[in-house]
Amino acid sequence: MSVKLTEEMLSALPDARGHFGAFGGRFVSETLMDSLMTLEKEYLQLKQDPEFQAKFDKDLADYVGRPSPLYFAERLTRETGGAQIWLKREDLNHTGAHKVNNTIGQALLAAFLGKKRIIAETGAGQHGVATATVCARLGLECHVFMGAEDVQRQSLNVFRMKLLGAEVHAVQSGTRTLKDAMNEAMRDWVTNVDDTFYIIGTVAGPHPYPMLVRDFQSVIGRELRSQALEKTGKLPDALVACVGGGSNAIGMFHPFLADENVELYGVEAGGLGIATGQHAAPLCAGRPGVLHGNRTYLMEDENGQIAGTHSVSAGLDYPGVGPEHSWLKDIGRAHYVSVTDDEALDGFRKLTRVEGIMPALETAHAVAYGVKLAAEMDKDQMLVINISGRGDKDIHTIANLDGIEI
Amino acid sequence: MSRIEGVLKTLKGQGRKALIPYITAGDPHPDVTVDLMHTLVEAGADIIELGVPFSDPMADGPVIQLACERALKHGTSLRQVLAMVKTFRETDAKTPVVLMGYLNPMEAMGYEAFADAAVDAGVDGILTVDLPPEEADDVAPLFTQRKLDAIFLLAPTTTDDRIRAISEHSSGYVYYVSFKGVTGAARINVDEVASKVAHIHEMTALPVGVGFGIRDAETAAAVGRVSDGVIVGSVLVDTIARNQADTAELKRALTDLLHPMREALDSLAS
Repeated sequence: MSVKLTEEMLSALPDARGHFGAFGGRFVSETLMDSLMTLEKEYLQLKQDPEFQAKFDKDLADYVGRPSPLYFAERLTRETGGAQIWLKREDLNHTGAHKVNNTIGQALLAAFLGKKRIIAETGAGQHGVATATVCARLGLECHVFMGAEDVQRQSLNVFRMKLLGAEVHAVQSGTRTLKDAMNEAMRDWVTNVDDTFYIIGTVAGPHPYPMLVRDFQSVIGRELRSQALEKTGKLPDALVACVGGGSNAIGMFHPFLADENVELYGVEAGGLGIATGQHAAPLCAGRPGVLHGNRTYLMEDENGQIAGTHSVSAGLDYPGVGPEHSWLKDIGRAHYVSVTDDEALDGFRKLTRVEGIMPALETAHAVAYGVKLAAEMDKDQMLVINISGRGDKDIHTIANLDGIEI
Repeated sequence: MSRIEGVLKTLKGQGRKALIPYITAGDPHPDVTVDLMHTLVEAGADIIELGVPFSDPMADGPVIQLACERALKHGTSLRQVLAMVKTFRETDAKTPVVLMGYLNPMEAMGYEAFADAAVDAGVDGILTVDLPPEEADDVAPLFTQRKLDAIFLLAPTTTDDRIRAISEHSSGYVYYVSFKGVTGAARINVDEVASKVAHIHEMTALPVGVGFGIRDAETAAAVGRVSDGVIVGSVLVDTIARNQADTAELKRALTDLLHPMREALDSLAS
């Protein structure tokens, strides 16, 4: 069922209306259409502009600290007893996650468009911190919308954002998590559309966001490609990344889509188990629908109301997913799987104890699945896990689960 | 001629403006929605916009968000909303009903099944907040084939090219969103609305209804003067929220709100 993708096919996606096959698009109220069309036009021009690209590359090198290392996890590999496990170290980026690759890019866009006020939604707070960081650097006004429940469980990142000068708005509506933060950011945007740039943190939302966030994050996969060739003389056999909205996964996968021998695995949050319904795995257990400006796989009830989600990790606790992932699922190019909260916590502990690398709880999902998958693969094969973020922000959650008060 | 077109044509012939109240179906309870719809008509409504509750109403302010939450707490589904319209139609064959909501509940039901059921229930028009004409290629023909009016939004940010294109896709009326913002905000600037609506009138023969920010007889008259009708939503929904416990009191309060608007609009008649 898998389709052989060519560079030519890939460069035509999304199409002019922002569609990836049956997914994506621009489902927003009329007030935002003009801004989205302007953003698309300006972005497509700047994408070809060597000056813009040079600025982006320079910021990634000098401010973010790229390239991020590709690290051979020797001890984890030995303990697992299967494929070589390598780690793409996005956790070593400035601010501690892959999110900053995108906020650097979008802040440059905002500057070119002359917008002085920035808004963002955040779940785990990593995107909020990455946005507040670039705003501090550029002297831009920054408002971050965050579900009230997430404000509680990610208090460290809330404080970081405030230190960086951002105003954090705790969103009390709906399920008080990431999806509601995104609703509220959209409401702010529609109200302040003249002077405000909305920095969306994942590859979801209305066109052109899934495309431009993917483009900014694809630095992960491009680097990985040349690092793998340099260090091992070949491309990896499997790539593994966690998927909430799916920005770190798309960033890692996209430069490999035409390499049919590279298997792609996106790991969703299985929460308490898919069978319980208490999870955040729309690609594994949802169906197509329309939310937040795009058509994609969603968790919803039989009446089309968006379902509540559950995950131990705030960053994956989202009922939708980027439309390009929905397309990759349907054409069979990428595999989407899930691991439970408990498996993810085991993954967190394992990477911490065996490699001395403390991953974010989101990332721990990819670690848990990656280790499981590596064990089934041959010793001469190579598997890469995207270590999308570091775990400092989750220490309180882990301590709570262990019954320890910090 | 559709029921919407007929009503708006008659009003125009009389030099009158349409009063179009909005309530969210199932709020405060599914059992009272039909009763409230009749109340709206008795208080002077020409067309009813009936909101289909959605879990994630991105274009709505807190008042309608809470209405959606109340309706969904009672499990109000799109199928139930259609059943309410069907019941309403048993005793009111003349007042057009427009369903207003978000796309996903319709997508979940299936567009063809939804369009058939809407016709069967006696729905006249469909207004989907998050469906611009660009994404409506598959959906809109299902409505037009069944003589359901497809009503699209125009906004202060809509360019001339889009005003033309959107008007071509629309029937019944076009809904002009009076300001940049969510429902229930108090940001309306009547002069700006007047000049934009006059501009829209130059580009389309369709009637222009104006919504967002109309909260009393004064704003209704000011906006009615420059448009073909006014859509009144959040102030009614807020009244529902305040009088949830007592349906008789609620109906009185809704009437007290709409009556002066009706009179103010009719005082504009030439």
